[in-house]
Amino acid sequence: MIDFAFFVEIIPTLLSGLPLTLQLAGLSIGIGFALALLLALAQQGNHRMLVWPIRSFVAVFRGTPLLVQIFLIYYGLGQFRPTLQAVGLWWLFREPYWCAIIALSLNTAAYGSEILRGAIQGVPRGLVEAASAFGMTRLQTLRLVVLPLALRQAIPSYSNEIILMVKGTSLASIVTLMEVTGIAQGLISQTYRAVEVFVAAGAIYLTINFTIISALNTLETWLTPYRVRA
Amino acid sequence: MTDTLHILSVGKGGWGGALLLAAGVTFALSVLGFLLGALFGAVAAGGRLSTRALPSWVAKGYGTVFRGVPDLLTIYLLYYGGSIALTEIGKFFGSAGFVGLPTFATGVLAIGIISGAYQAEVYRGAYLAVDLGQFEASKALGLSRFQSLRLVIVPQLMRHALPGLGNVWQLVLKDSALISVIGLVELMRQSQIGAGSMREPFVFYIAAATLYFLIATVTGSVFRYGEARAWRGMVHA
Repeated sequence: MIDFAFFVEIIPTLLSGLPLTLQLAGLSIGIGFALALLLALAQQGNHRMLVWPIRSFVAVFRGTPLLVQIFLIYYGLGQFRPTLQAVGLWWLFREPYWCAIIALSLNTAAYGSEILRGAIQGVPRGLVEAASAFGMTRLQTLRLVVLPLALRQAIPSYSNEIILMVKGTSLASIVTLMEVTGIAQGLISQTYRAVEVFVAAGAIYLTINFTIISALNTLETWLTPYRVRA
Repeated sequence: MTDTLHILSVGKGGWGGALLLAAGVTFALSVLGFLLGALFGAVAAGGRLSTRALPSWVAKGYGTVFRGVPDLLTIYLLYYGGSIALTEIGKFFGSAGFVGLPTFATGVLAIGIISGAYQAEVYRGAYLAVDLGQFEASKALGLSRFQSLRLVIVPQLMRHALPGLGNVWQLVLKDSALISVIGLVELMRQSQIGAGSMREPFVFYIAAATLYFLIATVTGSVFRYGEARAWRGMVHA
């Protein structure tokens, strides 16, 4: 039943999509994290003009499917080609690659900003007061006290979000990008061997995810040396 | 503006009716998939909590695979895998062509399998959150294992499970859009059809996003209401 020769044949083909999957994931997780941090910090001040638009952005991107977001950015904005050409952004929205990255980044920024907002609010008030009693400026308090504690606190939830993003890159195949899932779909329709292709492609994703999870676990353990290890 | 209104109107020449109907399909697909997932999730949670090695391993493997592999890949596996098997059976009975699996049923099954893997974790956590004394008390009352589960444990477990289930439901609703890739005409696919034939992708995808957002918001408040009801008469920790 299980044909090893077939696996040997398809695994290199599937792996040829790995660089694209990793690029999409890496870029969008990186850009998304930077945006998420900005959005979370901007909400700390409680300025209504700042908080209200951010909350709406977060609600919209968390309340609609990622696939709709990708289609809206790739096909939907394509409708405004003359305007985009006029403002010099057409090169960006013409490419499915950049459209996928924009959609993935905005999506993860929305989810990530909620994780980081919670983590920043979770930093004990007394620590912030102690920092200001020490004569630290607001920026120093943020950089030396609040952010290190909040980011460490956020690692477990954020690692879930990172895994969701790695899985989310598979949607790029629907806008013609041949990453691992796109190649897998092609192989299935050529060979009619859905189970084998699923096992091989699934193994690639599980390997990526396990690597990320164990790296983040190591990071967390390293950052919390005082915690008793089971 | 009037063009847009006309495209999205419910009457003749408008796509509003088709989109609303498709939103109904999305909702039905999500609800049925979520319920099937509750069944898979409960069984898998039982497996995880079992002290025997085999059920625990199988349940753990199920959770790891379907939470770690892209949902799109799982959908392809079920649709193509199922259709290939069906085509073989068809050949045996003398049919020549490719036999496709019914897309709605495949969609429900795919969402059931995927959301079951997530729901298992929710139920397991909720089970462990129920006070041990409750198990002992129901034993002391002479309830059978099934009775104590049905009458004592599950009602209390749901209290802890509801927030997590609300999250899984939101995931399910968004996953249902992926079922469009196997050709089921739900909200996403209907918007693609409309966008293609009217050459107005922006209008149609905004309309789809709005409908998804509405369904997500309304059902989200149902979960919050359920949560408030489940905790009535209890003091929050």
